[in-house]
Amino acid sequence: MSQSSLATADQPQITPSQNGRSKWLSQRSLDEWSLGGVLMIGVLALFICVVLPIYTLLSKSIENKAGDVIGLENFSHFFATPSLYSAINNSLLIAFLSTFIVTTLSFLTAYGISRTRIPFKGLFRTILVLPILAPSLLPAISLVYLFGNQGIIKELLMGESIYGPIGIVIGSCFWTFPHALMIMLTALANTDARLYESAEVLGASPMRTFFTVTLPAAKYGIISVAFVVFTLVITDFGVPKVIGGQFNVLATDIYKQVIGQQNFEMGATVSVILLLPAILTFMTDRWLQRRQSALLTSKAVPWSAPKRLWLDRTFFALMVLVSVVIVGIILMAVYASLVTFWPYNLNLSLNNYNFDLMDGGGWDSYWNSIQMATFTALIGTGFIFFQSYLVAKLKGFQLLKWCFHLFAILPLAVPGLVLGLAYIFFFNAPNNPLNGIYGTMTILVVCTISHFYTVCHLTATTALKQIDAEFESVSASLKVPQIKTFWRVTLPVCMPAVLDIASYLFVNAMTTVSAVVFLYSYHTSLASVAVLNMDDAGDIAPAAAMAVMIMMTCMIARLIHWFLGSVLLKHTQSWRQQ
Amino acid sequence: MTRKTLLKRLAVLAGITTVSMAAHAAKTELTVYTAIEAEDLKKYAARFNEEHPDIKINWVRDSTGIVTAKLLAEKNNPQADVVWGLAATSLMLLKSEDMLQTYQPVGSEKLSPKFKDMSNNPVWTGMDAWMAAVCYNTVEAKKLGLPKPTSWADLTKPVYQDHIIMPNPNSSGTGFLDVSSWLQIFGEKEGWAYMDGLHQNINRYTHSGSKPCKLAAAGEIPIGISFAFRAAKSKKMGAPLDIVFPTEGLGWDMEATAIIKGTDKLAAAKTLVDWTASQKANEMYNEGYAVVAMPGIAKPVEYFPANAEALMINNDFEWSANNRRQILAEWQKRYDSKSDPK
Repeated sequence: MSQSSLATADQPQITPSQNGRSKWLSQRSLDEWSLGGVLMIGVLALFICVVLPIYTLLSKSIENKAGDVIGLENFSHFFATPSLYSAINNSLLIAFLSTFIVTTLSFLTAYGISRTRIPFKGLFRTILVLPILAPSLLPAISLVYLFGNQGIIKELLMGESIYGPIGIVIGSCFWTFPHALMIMLTALANTDARLYESAEVLGASPMRTFFTVTLPAAKYGIISVAFVVFTLVITDFGVPKVIGGQFNVLATDIYKQVIGQQNFEMGATVSVILLLPAILTFMTDRWLQRRQSALLTSKAVPWSAPKRLWLDRTFFALMVLVSVVIVGIILMAVYASLVTFWPYNLNLSLNNYNFDLMDGGGWDSYWNSIQMATFTALIGTGFIFFQSYLVAKLKGFQLLKWCFHLFAILPLAVPGLVLGLAYIFFFNAPNNPLNGIYGTMTILVVCTISHFYTVCHLTATTALKQIDAEFESVSASLKVPQIKTFWRVTLPVCMPAVLDIASYLFVNAMTTVSAVVFLYSYHTSLASVAVLNMDDAGDIAPAAAMAVMIMMTCMIARLIHWFLGSVLLKHTQSWRQQ
Repeated sequence: MTRKTLLKRLAVLAGITTVSMAAHAAKTELTVYTAIEAEDLKKYAARFNEEHPDIKINWVRDSTGIVTAKLLAEKNNPQADVVWGLAATSLMLLKSEDMLQTYQPVGSEKLSPKFKDMSNNPVWTGMDAWMAAVCYNTVEAKKLGLPKPTSWADLTKPVYQDHIIMPNPNSSGTGFLDVSSWLQIFGEKEGWAYMDGLHQNINRYTHSGSKPCKLAAAGEIPIGISFAFRAAKSKKMGAPLDIVFPTEGLGWDMEATAIIKGTDKLAAAKTLVDWTASQKANEMYNEGYAVVAMPGIAKPVEYFPANAEALMINNDFEWSANNRRQILAEWQKRYDSKSDPK
């Protein structure tokens, strides 16, 4: 309360000035100008942390090794090399398959959670987001133990090899699923019961209601999910690297060019090609936004699911099936971390948790990771949510908003590996005034927030879109400063999304590898990088053990999330109950 | 702790004790980039500090590819002072970018010429050799009825079809080391013909050089083409491996040290590099590597053949470095384009 009155004091209620200043200026209140200023700072921050570094790296795609501009020569070389060219087809195949599977599954499971009356919803929800708690190496290790040549259930693949498209698709679906579920749940969370009542009164069949009420309402979420998953899969190099076998994809080609051959120019060229899906995402997103109308108007009545026996049973079965698969993959990794020497010495021990004897910085790196993740969650959530709010709810400033939205979508398209390298080139340049942050915790935090910006931004935007703009109009006409409306109405209504963003950032900061692998230094080694290093050095079981440690930490974070949620939501979400 | 508080504390300490704090106040911190196995890092630093307690080593460790990429990306504003334990071929690459300080460590005349930069502008100094080896899983091979190979040529026999894994030379230094050694052993034409034959038996190519042996150790594949250090380590961990050193000769690379040009701690960097070329350092390398830079001091290492050094081919690093791009392009054209799933 004291904070909101502070905010009031900061924002004197001033109506547009009446004196002879320019008409253009006087169209906006001081309130709007100061919030516009904050938006401006946000745009600048994203410009510095996302656009400039990426530009620095991508400009190399039209240069040769000596740094001379050579036009499109690198691109013609790319398309003239059959193995590179075939990677495009492979990438598209993997991405389309994974997108189809994940979008369908995440819609169905989100529907099960928010629109049916199945029991154990909380439990299912907890299990379904588990994959996000683990580094991507964890499912990869598990899949090898499950389906590899020594795998315990390799017969299930009927002679097919897990090393290749099958492994990549399973692994990609596993790690992108929670990302999709998060957006989908937000999209399905808010609905207006009056629409369903009308449908019922008008005699629409359940099927018809689904296609005319439920689906259109979730349309924005579904398409967002499809694009997010598509881009995540096509830019990920971790899963294809570990389990892709001979199957060449664009992201591993960047790895080969940059790490194998130190050919930054060709790596940049492939990165440019990978940016195309992101540009497509952005354009589709803009197009959709113009069609998206607010679903949760100020007069909305929350909807609760009726009892539908067969539907509930079917969804219950589906939830059990998906949960069993997820838990199975995770338990396999836990088991692997306890086995002394797979598959020849199956005695269980805790030896693998003695990290100080291993690669990757030992327990120090674990504590560094926790520190990094905490900063990322606190600073990132504050920045992202408030900026998304300004983009969604501030009047005017169209150009700024457009820039902001473009910059916010961009990180999704950029493979972590590319972002990490871009950060070196940009932040470590001798003439960059910010080069002091290179090698510090700060750059890790900045890089991680930037890397995971898009999904948080989309989550915040989806949640904010569902609140009627009428709230702002009403408060404006009542001369309540907008910041007060934000604090009193918007923030409480969106509290679930805010908490989701915070824990999403925390968890990703704990598990991310690809970008930070270039940026950590002696004092800032990280647990997730330690997993990669230990796996690389052949200490697979300790790698699995550190992955399990990361996963358990993320589970504790989720518990705190849940606890905060249940306390805060009791205060802020009681309006949802009828 | 910030530098200021550190200095304050030192000042206070100096005030109350009459003991000379000069050594502590002058303690230099060196940022050292390395690809040495992590379990060895503490040992390496501790041995060095026994003689030079005034220099503290801050390690930044990663795989060879990542360290090299990082060094190159930081070219305009280098963060490292010294590189200790990176593939010599990587250092040659850095040298061609003019990133290394010309320096010949004190006592380097005692090192074998093979391990020294013999040019007019010497920048790197070798530590130890790291050589190709084939990991052969006896348990899995028995199940499949595969005889133990003894030569590179054996690996092209049809019996091994689909049972061999090797690193992709486009992503792994070990992979390139294998390819360049075959081209040197068999000659260019025969070398490619050999790889055509080998390709028929390859199950898949990996991105990491240690992975094939790891996979063999875990029974994922009976035969992995990798390097000896990794093989010995896996065997020590209890994997049912036989380590095969093909009779035609072994491709090899060395780990080496160099000073990064422009470091503001040149004196300390020189002290460190001098020590890395000393007899004591070479004896330390010998604890894990059978062949080290200083002749006559190496003792046999467990699981390595006694004649390891004789098995190493006369590797022409300059030739490999100069032809690297063209060799990789040719390899990619021949094998990577048909690397779609079977």
